[in-house]
Amino acid sequence: MRKLLLASCFGVAALFTAGYAAANDELAKLSADPNQWVMPAANFANTRYSELKQINTENVHKIAPAWTFSTGVLRGHEGAPLVIGDVMYLHAPFPNTVFALDLNNDGKILWKYEPKQDPNVIPVMCCDTVNRGLSYADGKIFLHQADTTLVALDAKTGAVVWSVKDGDPSKGETGTDAPYVFKDKVFIGVSGGEFGVRGWLSAYNIKDGKLAWRGYSEGPDSDTLIDPEKTTALGKPVGKDSSTSTWQGDQWKIGGGDTWGWYSFDPELNLIYYGSGNPSTWNPKQRPGDNKWSMTIWARDADTGKAKWVYQMTPHDEWDYDGVNEMILTDQKIDGQDRKLLTHFDRNGFGYTLDRATGELLVAQKFDPKVNWATGINMDKASPDYGKPIRVKAMSTEANGEDVNSKGICPAALGSKDEQPAAYSPQTELFYVPTNHVCMDYEPFKVSYSAGQPYVGATLSMYPPSGDSNMGNFIAWDGKTGKIVWSDPEQFSVWSGALATAGGVVFYGTLEGYLKAVDAKTGKELYKFKTPSGIIGNVMTYEHGGRQYVAILSGVGGWAGIGLAAGLNKPTDGLGAVGGYAALSNYTALGGTLTVFALPSD
Amino acid sequence: MTISKPILGLGFALAFAAPVVALADMPGDPTAVKQDDQGLWHDKDGDPTYKIEADGTVDWYTFSGFRRYNAACIVCHGPDGAGSSYAPALANSLKTMSYAEFFGIVVSGRKDLLNGNDLVMPAFADNKNAMCYLNDIYVYLRARSTGAVGRGRPDKHAPKPQAFATAEDKCMGPD
Repeated sequence: MRKLLLASCFGVAALFTAGYAAANDELAKLSADPNQWVMPAANFANTRYSELKQINTENVHKIAPAWTFSTGVLRGHEGAPLVIGDVMYLHAPFPNTVFALDLNNDGKILWKYEPKQDPNVIPVMCCDTVNRGLSYADGKIFLHQADTTLVALDAKTGAVVWSVKDGDPSKGETGTDAPYVFKDKVFIGVSGGEFGVRGWLSAYNIKDGKLAWRGYSEGPDSDTLIDPEKTTALGKPVGKDSSTSTWQGDQWKIGGGDTWGWYSFDPELNLIYYGSGNPSTWNPKQRPGDNKWSMTIWARDADTGKAKWVYQMTPHDEWDYDGVNEMILTDQKIDGQDRKLLTHFDRNGFGYTLDRATGELLVAQKFDPKVNWATGINMDKASPDYGKPIRVKAMSTEANGEDVNSKGICPAALGSKDEQPAAYSPQTELFYVPTNHVCMDYEPFKVSYSAGQPYVGATLSMYPPSGDSNMGNFIAWDGKTGKIVWSDPEQFSVWSGALATAGGVVFYGTLEGYLKAVDAKTGKELYKFKTPSGIIGNVMTYEHGGRQYVAILSGVGGWAGIGLAAGLNKPTDGLGAVGGYAALSNYTALGGTLTVFALPSD
Repeated sequence: MTISKPILGLGFALAFAAPVVALADMPGDPTAVKQDDQGLWHDKDGDPTYKIEADGTVDWYTFSGFRRYNAACIVCHGPDGAGSSYAPALANSLKTMSYAEFFGIVVSGRKDLLNGNDLVMPAFADNKNAMCYLNDIYVYLRARSTGAVGRGRPDKHAPKPQAFATAEDKCMGPD
């Protein structure tokens, strides 16, 4: 019915937008084929769920490495490869090499793209030179390079079809997020919240690499692409200058709100969903105001970029709780009614469920019981503070003051969950969430801004919550009620992306390097294997030649490599204590390998 | 003052045997012997150093260095100088690095380009958040490198000298 409408009402337009229809339909079709993995999060809804079930709860204990591949790079390996047809496309951290591997030939390299980038981009990447992966559309592979170049490569040959520079590393602007293809455009964000970079979402035409629109996280309405009457927050129009009115002077120009996470898309509503990161600087005293629209869930029109609705989760952030984590789209029943939902596990420790059409807030609960910077989220629609966190004064780094060490704040700056993405299984209607279980002492102080230099303004030290020795949990979460269903403790933060499958198995990786498989219903561990290095990548799966494969990148690093690679110290240890924590460095060293598992072929 | 024979002999041997540069790269005896008018302690060679009292109270600069290091340097070099997966543990590096060499690297940056495993440190010369506190950061890391200060925030510290506050405001500039 929809296709008919398109043809009859938009016949002429369709001639000019044939490219759009083709790319959108092609990708939608491809992402429905469980044998392939054609986009970073498996599908537009970002569920990281596969219909493949050759591997199931009964036989997963028999899987073993089937083949492996080294990227040649020893930095933090985030993201996952794509599989399109018989070819696997694999990316690497800086220098961001792209490999096309022949699945018919044990991963023989069909082509390799090695960008030449100025190494001076490296020191302006706050948290290792990671890259979160590739996208595909219309015969092209898209790579978002560290130096902010977006390049389209011919999927068959690796030749550059077009290339465009999105930002300026000399100002601290860098590229780490994967590009996303929705309709006729490829979307990228920008990194640099620790360098005062004002965040944006750029939309480029697939065909020719021209910039179609760019929506900023802060600034006048013409920059943020907000309509004062039509853009709503929790059902109410946001009004004129909703961003700039919440900053002092020109501070919004170096305001942060960067966009380096995962993006999802609802083709029926024509909306793109993503989150914006922390406001700059980490010292809240230097930026009075709510700092909109940092820490915000955005719903933007895919064609024009206009914001349909926004919701700021952590106004006037005092803890670096970036809002960039994935927005998982599901259709579930709440109070007996079918709802179109968006579920988001924020750095701030709250799991939010919203109506993705209207931005109505339905559920907001802690997904780590130890979260203590807020007691909850105000759910009283009549209250002027509706939707705002109920902050605990003692955990306010600003209330405690500059040069005062605020102690025991949970979660730590790296959040109850960082970028590592969760998965959703329609079989169990549960989310599978890799979490951090870490608290911090945080002390803000005055800093000065200079372009291309870190603009942080706080000291922090991190440790597990008092009474616990585990620094991570892998949990199952019910997004309809906001409850933890089961929780598997892990010694270190779980920093990998999860994968849920129709075989009833959920996969994730640990910072020591284990790939683990657990029962989706109970969390019982069914299999584990120690890969060559700690895992911060995302598990994916595909089928080839009648066999199901599960693949994971190992290569420790990223922000996990900072906070945890050297071990953490307990506040209860005396000065100069020897021992302290079992350091991650006792378990793993650098690496850069893809390990691909399968059931034995007999 | 008479120079005793063994020392004379040593001096003679060193002058001919060892290049002066190599000697200058090693930090000397870290014992604090003199405090300047900004409250910073110096060792006998005149280089900044730490002073820890018997009860563990650290001097102001060591404490300040803990904070400033864990804000400006932690993103690459890890907490408390313990290193990360992509930058060395400075608590270790300072065992064999002099004040002059440390200063030079922070000011100018450093590149080790290893064909895909490049390590690049930026120049901090224009970054007040580092340069205004460079002595503090050095003193803190020096204390970490000798084991005088362990992981974590020092429990007790001497108060901030007034002269330090004045110099800090001057260096950092207006808000």
